[in-house]
Amino acid sequence: MSVLVDAGTRLLVQGITGREAANFTRECLDYGTEVVAGVTPGKGGDRVYEVPVFDTVEEAVARTSPNAALLSVPPLLVLDAALETIAAQIPLVVIITERVPRADVAILVAAARNAGTTLIGPNSLGVITPGKCKLGSIGGPAEDVRRAYTPGRVGIVSRSGGMTTEIASMLSGAGIGQSTCISVGGDALIGTTLLDAYRLFVVDAGTDAVVTFSEPGGAQEHELAEYLDRSGGPSTPIFSFVTGRFIDDMPGTRFGHAGTIVEAGGSTARAKILRLRSSGVEVLDRLDDLPAALAASLRERAGKTTRAPVGR
Amino acid sequence: MRLYEWEAKQLLAERAVPVPDGGLARSPGEAGALARGWDACVVKAQVLHGGRMKAGLVQFAEDGASAEGAAAGLLEVDAPQSPPSVLVEERLQVREERFLAALYDPRARGPEIVYTPRGGIDVEQDAEDTVVRIPLEPGRPVQTFRLRAALRNAGVEGRDLRALTGIAAAVAQTFFAHDATLVEINPLAHVAGRGWVALDAHIELDGDALGRHPALVERFELGARADDGRFPTAIEQAASKIDELDHRGVAGRLVEFDGDIALIIGGGGASLTVFDAIRDAGGRPANYCEVGGNPSVAKVSAFTRLLLEQLSPSRLAVVMNVVSNTRADLVARGVVQGCIDAGRDPADTIAVFRVPGAWEAECHELLADYGVQALGRDVGIDAAARLAAGVTTR
Repeated sequence: MSVLVDAGTRLLVQGITGREAANFTRECLDYGTEVVAGVTPGKGGDRVYEVPVFDTVEEAVARTSPNAALLSVPPLLVLDAALETIAAQIPLVVIITERVPRADVAILVAAARNAGTTLIGPNSLGVITPGKCKLGSIGGPAEDVRRAYTPGRVGIVSRSGGMTTEIASMLSGAGIGQSTCISVGGDALIGTTLLDAYRLFVVDAGTDAVVTFSEPGGAQEHELAEYLDRSGGPSTPIFSFVTGRFIDDMPGTRFGHAGTIVEAGGSTARAKILRLRSSGVEVLDRLDDLPAALAASLRERAGKTTRAPVGR
Repeated sequence: MRLYEWEAKQLLAERAVPVPDGGLARSPGEAGALARGWDACVVKAQVLHGGRMKAGLVQFAEDGASAEGAAAGLLEVDAPQSPPSVLVEERLQVREERFLAALYDPRARGPEIVYTPRGGIDVEQDAEDTVVRIPLEPGRPVQTFRLRAALRNAGVEGRDLRALTGIAAAVAQTFFAHDATLVEINPLAHVAGRGWVALDAHIELDGDALGRHPALVERFELGARADDGRFPTAIEQAASKIDELDHRGVAGRLVEFDGDIALIIGGGGASLTVFDAIRDAGGRPANYCEVGGNPSVAKVSAFTRLLLEQLSPSRLAVVMNVVSNTRADLVARGVVQGCIDAGRDPADTIAVFRVPGAWEAECHELLADYGVQALGRDVGIDAAARLAAGVTTR
């Protein structure tokens, strides 16, 4: 089991004729993702690695019935392209493009909410359900993806694209596989937050624990903590790492992603660590400790569910 | 990208928000001439950071001579802009101060107007329960009646209701028209005989949207403006030059620190993690940077050489997350070349090299030829950082 994408995913790639998009289309196909269509206005009738290209999303939907879309178009064209996809009622839209104006993201977040579309990104590296389907450049070429990501029962949600793969690789090295891994994007305004992603995992029978990777800035961790407080603690255990503690000592300076700006006291790394801990999240001091902490939790959970009815 | 106060006030005044009478001066003489128009004036340094009042960068003057004196001091302030300037304004008798802003609320994930009945320099410490948040509809014309209704519910009435509604609508329109991420008036002051006036204004533009505002970029010369208003050091400027060498990848967004371990780290999340981990292990980094997006060998080597020659570190640590886009072997080639160009032996200089992922085998072979043993993905980021800091046990 998994969330968002699986073997039944039929992918449409908007901007498929672009260099970067063509590149990750190849990677996705190599990994086994079913890429059914591409869209680039004016290039209808072309093919990219045998994938048919259409001029409009409407046409692509009528001919190929995609159920997920990946967007890689120039930043100022993202708004229209994503609205086109949402209007075509494709239920999952993942925006890879970086540097999308915040005003456009706000419009898209509202449009996705109204249409019931799951919007991921912008500035996402993609989503992967190991062994089944990868959307986007996440993990790179298929052979590299297979080294880092292995099928299993831990979900990963990360505000850093590169760290999504780093964490998966750490877990795989310790024999811990992943259900689905989501790069939600590091921008200040994004479609799917840590909390949104966590709620997907909570109802997934194939996910036993969730790992989150956070950076300073924003209110996502506070939102997650408040949700946990309301629902009586984490029903699915959460292991979190919050990076960027050193920035606490130097407010105002810009490091890392656009979203990594410390605006107010509550959005520093240390404030987030304290807040998450107060709501029952296991926040790691050292990232290297993650596999051992997870393994212990998974063992305990397995012990609870598979214990023999008669004691020995 | 932050605008200067005078720029922000110009944009607001164009939408009929009242601002004090004033003008921009680039010399003490100009400031003095402006000041002679009023009985009393305020001289405000035009710098790209907040907290000016507490930093002594806002001064009051009674006449032309004292305004000249104040301006002379403020024009000397070390700030990353040229030519330096001061805003000279008529001094107003303030009865009351409020706060009004348009911004993106990270929780609501949308734009909103924020109003509080108490403004001033310590507004951040205001109790959250006095804050009024009025959602704006992204991509739609501003609906003034919603602002009026919310302000009325917050206890604003009579003449104030009409004036503040008008200013709130103008703030919202300014916010959308210029793709701002923040338009803030603080204080919004009630002045005898003038009504509500924007005494200070702060606008942040969305750097990712500047492409659709060429007129504004030209008008305020935004192309050359530093991102965070911080004065880059000579080495940081040199690093930016290296980054402009070619368009492949990023290697050069550098921030200098007072330590002895030079860092070549990437990407965004991993860079922060490595920096934290080295400090936790008692190490002192000489710089922060982010390398990514498959930079060219030339770029990485020039960057490495700059770090080694200018920061004189005792050692160099190269640590990244598992890479897929960046080629590990090209990073290795660049780092080795940079060491040699700086006249240093790669084997003695590179304390840690941990870049697992794409082209990893070629990377390890190349480094081995120069006597450097690269680390694989089985060594975690923390462990690599501890090695960089000189800690050999876990």
